[in-house]
Amino acid sequence: MHRILSLIVKEFVELRRDPRALRVVIVAPVIQLTLLGYAATLDIRDVPMLVVDQDRTAQSRELVSRFDASPYFTVTRTRPSTALVDEELLTGRAWMALVIPAGYGDRVVRGAAATVQALVDGTDGNSSNIVIGYAANLVAGYGAELVAARLPPAMRQGTLGVEIRVWFNPEMESRYFMVPGVLALVLLVMTTILTAMAIVREKELGTLEQLNVTPITPGELMVGKLLPYGLIGLVDVVLVMAVAIFWFQVPMRGNPVLLVGLTLVYLLTTLGLGLFVSTISRTQQQAMMTAAFFVMMPMIYLSGFIVPIENMPVAIQQISYALPLRYYLVIVRSIFLKGVGIETLWPQALALLGLGVAIFGLAVLRSGKRAR
Amino acid sequence: MKGILAVAVKEFRQIRRDVRTLALVLVMPLFLLLLYGYALNFDIRHVRLAVQDRDHSTVSREVLAAFVNSGYFDLVATVSREEEIRRLVDSDRVRAVLVIPEGTARRLGSGRDAAVQVIVNGDNANTASAVLGYANAIVRGVSTQLRTERVGQAVAPAVTLETRVWFNPELQSTIFLVPGLIAFIAMFTAVVLTALSIVREKEFGTMEQIRMAPIGTPAYVVGKVLPYLLLSFVSSMSILLAGMLIFGMPMRGSWLLLMATTALFLVAALGFGLFLSTIADSQQFAFQIALITSFLPTFVLSGFIFPIASMPVALQYVTYVVPARYYLRALRGIVLKGVGLQEVLPQVVALTVFATIVLGLASVGLARQRD
Repeated sequence: MHRILSLIVKEFVELRRDPRALRVVIVAPVIQLTLLGYAATLDIRDVPMLVVDQDRTAQSRELVSRFDASPYFTVTRTRPSTALVDEELLTGRAWMALVIPAGYGDRVVRGAAATVQALVDGTDGNSSNIVIGYAANLVAGYGAELVAARLPPAMRQGTLGVEIRVWFNPEMESRYFMVPGVLALVLLVMTTILTAMAIVREKELGTLEQLNVTPITPGELMVGKLLPYGLIGLVDVVLVMAVAIFWFQVPMRGNPVLLVGLTLVYLLTTLGLGLFVSTISRTQQQAMMTAAFFVMMPMIYLSGFIVPIENMPVAIQQISYALPLRYYLVIVRSIFLKGVGIETLWPQALALLGLGVAIFGLAVLRSGKRAR
Repeated sequence: MKGILAVAVKEFRQIRRDVRTLALVLVMPLFLLLLYGYALNFDIRHVRLAVQDRDHSTVSREVLAAFVNSGYFDLVATVSREEEIRRLVDSDRVRAVLVIPEGTARRLGSGRDAAVQVIVNGDNANTASAVLGYANAIVRGVSTQLRTERVGQAVAPAVTLETRVWFNPELQSTIFLVPGLIAFIAMFTAVVLTALSIVREKEFGTMEQIRMAPIGTPAYVVGKVLPYLLLSFVSSMSILLAGMLIFGMPMRGSWLLLMATTALFLVAALGFGLFLSTIADSQQFAFQIALITSFLPTFVLSGFIFPIASMPVALQYVTYVVPARYYLRALRGIVLKGVGLQEVLPQVVALTVFATIVLGLASVGLARQRD
């Protein structure tokens, strides 16, 4: 115990000697939070739109004003001919061009069916799909109004509407989804990658050999190396939680103590992964690349951090079951937004615990063999 | 010149001896491309739906059928009590619940308005808003159909929107993401590997030895960086080729322009890595700084996944200093739209400015270290 303590102290002394590194530990999570909290949104707003109004009547202007008034579109330019469409879409200055053909206003007034055209830059398939949906909804809604106005009053009634209730996040803020995820990301960087690099560094510099000849057992050495990073990770967790709740106003509907408790379980997996990577790497470069490519990137992309798992092909969904982050993300987001407790989250908690014990055990076995 | 070559050859040997790093840089990107090409799918389908039908009428059955037949929803549960809804949504077994209140058919039959209710789990705002759009469109369709049946004649929509999609008619996300992955992976190899390989020499104290050698620091650094430039270039090109072969990404523009822009971007990225190496003393520190100044911005602020137009204005300004922003725009333009130098000129100029500035800063930093 005494020896572990002195190892921890040694690690902290090393950290303190490099005050910049210490500052990064605090600053990095805050930057991650700011970027992911404010910029990481898939919402579509203010789509720059070119209007080609070949009709120039009150009716066509009414349609254009509907687009401009919608939060989804911003009319950047209005032109009487299609001459500019090519250039605007090619350069990306406009995302969509709305073409209102001559005679549109006349048809609307006569009650004949009118057609307008949307030319959409499909480069960003996902966003374009949403843009098309918004445009179609807007035109359909406007069309329905026109139809209703034409019908005799007795027949205007009798429409079936839909009343939508969005639970947990009624304003549909993306940051409520992304910010709690930062918790997971910060821990991954702090405890997996940095731990792996810290251990390999000793190997590279040859100081691990020196430590091996001291009376410190491999087990103590490991605990002494891992604990400081675990502690720093926990400090970051509290920091991120505080910023999420007080700055980003993410509602904390569940029990923060439960969240911290389950975070400790998650920590077991990330520290274990860090240790594991360190046993298979000879240089810090290798450790960093291995941790980044095999641990961090798959975790970010395949665990539901950005893309919902249910969108993925079945084969990849199977892979995601092996990622601890998958379970931790459900836990974090559910505790924050849904306020559920362990009675709902026990399957995730169990999976996380199982993975943690397996990964950590494997890493310890490997590093023990190595040390001998 | 000879000195530069000698250093480059030495660094190459060192990289070649490190089989794993070499494999990671050359093979991993392809693997990642395969994995993410399939996984990064934003098309929202198979939304798990539960239904609570309190009306039990032809209308309610028609509404439900319209939801299921739309292809967007999978009906996974039928509930009869309110508490069940809460439980299903809490445990994530369903994402949306359709509630058809009793009397819906009766109200419509007597010519009054009626509404069905859709409950959506909003934790993922993007998915929720897509579900919302689907639900609106489906119910509007049913409503029109019901009215047609009642009035006895079809009421033609007053205005219809005809959509034409340019450049990517099937709206595949993959085609859009492949260029993003190239930037992302190139940033990683170029910035992080360069920075680490130089800081490593500092950590080992071999930097001191080099200062004694009859070679200038600039020449040394250029030689050191050259292999990484080549590696990242080969790596980027192989991702590009794989994207075309596997995901059917088109190549509508000029190869020469594409390679030139890629090389320019890589020089900018390497320059940044160099600059980082002058301010970091340990590889750990270099990695962390690289993570928050290049990796994360490339991921979040470049338009790789998240549209820049939707960000708060202040952050939109920040994106102007992210080189990947320009590279991505140029790459997507060249590959998907077939634009020429004239259209990507602003991006090329921006990348050149960025590269000049970081290389300048790096050489200042290197000169200071020498003293």
